[in-house]
Amino acid sequence: MTAVLEARHVTKIYGGGFFGRRRRTRALHDFSLRVDTDPPSITAIVGESGSGKTTLAHLLLGLIAPTLGEVVYQGKTFRAMSGEERRAFRRDVQVIFQDPYDAYNPFYKVDHVLAKPIANFQLATSRRDSVKLMEEALEAVGLRPADTLGRYPHQLSGGQRQRIMVARALLVKPRLIIADEPVSMVDASLRATILGSLRTLNQDFGISIVYITHDVTTAYQISQNIIVLYGGSVSEAGDVELVIQQPKHPYTQLLIGSIPSPNPRHHWKSRAVPFDTSAVGSLSSNGSCKFVARCPFAMPRCSQLHPPLFQTDEHRVVACYLHDGVPITDARVMDEVFVR
Amino acid sequence: MTIKSRDLLEVKDLRVYFHTRHGPVKAVDGVSFRLHEGERFGLVGESGSGKSTTGLAILRLIKPPGKIEGGEIRLAGVDVLGLSEPAMRKTRLGDLALVAQGAMNSLNPVMRVGDQIVDALQDHGVQASRKQFADRIGQLFERVGLRRHDANRFPHELSGGMKQRVCIALAISLRPKVIVADEPTSALDVVVQRQVMDTLTDVQTDLGAAVILIGHDMGLMAQFVQRLGVMYAGELVEISPMDDVYAEPLHPYTRLLIACLPSLEQKGVFAGIPGLPPSLLSPPAGCPFNPRCPHVMDRCRVERPVLQEVAPDRWVACHLYPRAA
Repeated sequence: MTAVLEARHVTKIYGGGFFGRRRRTRALHDFSLRVDTDPPSITAIVGESGSGKTTLAHLLLGLIAPTLGEVVYQGKTFRAMSGEERRAFRRDVQVIFQDPYDAYNPFYKVDHVLAKPIANFQLATSRRDSVKLMEEALEAVGLRPADTLGRYPHQLSGGQRQRIMVARALLVKPRLIIADEPVSMVDASLRATILGSLRTLNQDFGISIVYITHDVTTAYQISQNIIVLYGGSVSEAGDVELVIQQPKHPYTQLLIGSIPSPNPRHHWKSRAVPFDTSAVGSLSSNGSCKFVARCPFAMPRCSQLHPPLFQTDEHRVVACYLHDGVPITDARVMDEVFVR
Repeated sequence: MTIKSRDLLEVKDLRVYFHTRHGPVKAVDGVSFRLHEGERFGLVGESGSGKSTTGLAILRLIKPPGKIEGGEIRLAGVDVLGLSEPAMRKTRLGDLALVAQGAMNSLNPVMRVGDQIVDALQDHGVQASRKQFADRIGQLFERVGLRRHDANRFPHELSGGMKQRVCIALAISLRPKVIVADEPTSALDVVVQRQVMDTLTDVQTDLGAAVILIGHDMGLMAQFVQRLGVMYAGELVEISPMDDVYAEPLHPYTRLLIACLPSLEQKGVFAGIPGLPPSLLSPPAGCPFNPRCPHVMDRCRVERPVLQEVAPDRWVACHLYPRAA
């Protein structure tokens, strides 16, 4: 296994201010993950707003620096990389953001977002080659080049724009794509098509994908392994089948129980869900499990020490004292339990 | 239509156009449905299908360049479109309440949330002492799962879910007959969404009010509504009881929509609906779904199908179903 991109004990704290008077928020706490490209994988990271998932995306992309720990690409931190290596990183690791409306300059035709990376990384030697590359990338995501090229962003639907973003990511032949909520602003009938494009990139082009979302259902559909974040910490991680079908962390159970099933016969189970969410994410909850304020099974020890990752199954870890007694996995090598 | 209970709201051939430089955009084009007393009815559709416009039109909240071009809206026999503006102001909130999309952002940031409800009550002619108002607000807040003293807080001191509850409290403050809830939970996390929907179910049952839930999430519809209307390109293409829609969708669009839903029960292949929704500026002749429909026939390209009852309580606008004699 070769780790391409690796987060090592990463913590990100926002705020504090110049005199430390502003409230500090621990957005992500001691998070480690290795993403390798051999074999190409799809890893889902799910969490609610405030769980730290977008912070994680920005850290992995090198857009923000961690407060503690380091993010390493092929053995080097961003700071240690040479200009050439940074260019290689910018090419190897691509991103797809949430909002397909914001990603375009309305004054340029959509060709611009495709032509730019070609020029930037000198992927084509002639104009004809460049057009050919663009057409191939568009076809790979199921768009007809004739209907797409030469148009302005406002002439395309949200689903089409997002697929062009997928095509753009594909164009530079990256090794890894970080997709931050790629389908949350797209209609249901088009969502499936974009997820299909992502899967094609993974299976046919051998690109690993980190799929970041709040939507457990699409995460289940597309990924092999899943990491559930709550309040900046991992609550449960491992084989997506295990985590979704038999969740073991009380938070994962609550999360999955709250998903409305489109089958009216599968009715929402009993309610009784406390709704105080105020304690999440602040530094005051430092030593405790982040979920303790909402957890129906909270024990005294839960508010004293953050639980480690208990390996409950061959392919799953759970950060909850309810599962004490099984071996503890070092957070640094959490991904060793993942299915390959 | 089989009448189970009394019809409370009747929408007949409603048409709302937005007038642009390029001509009228037919956002809602001939929508008809009935809402029974105390019923939970859903309007589902993709963005641009006209579901929100229909909801706003019922409250006569369409702003220029939009205009209600025609049709009829009757609330317990009263012609809503014929009301004078002052009478309409009383009807809004009094009889017809709205929980708008992103309603939580509609709260005044420099006013305590309780006072905002008092404001609305006073505007509708409710007269009471300070203490009586405080009592009434306290009861409302408890009913939607908030604490009494939350009324003294400012919007920024509340979480998104709590603000949405305040908006529900406001909507039910005058015991309306109909609550139009336009994507009331679209900005909330699933866990909070679940709690807000539970709250809405509780107050709805309590009050006996009818609810029109507008949204795009089939899962939310399945969990909340009893009957569902499916909108496509400004038209209602199907109205059926929720259980039947899921088990046996009639319209080809509904069928594809349900087939492409990702679920936790089975891992499927990713099949979206091929093609794109039509432009509302120049919709295709005949059935608006005909360019994307797998069962398209010659007739679909020329003749627009009408919504008709093909089985008890099941309405569909599609030429696949023979016209009732």
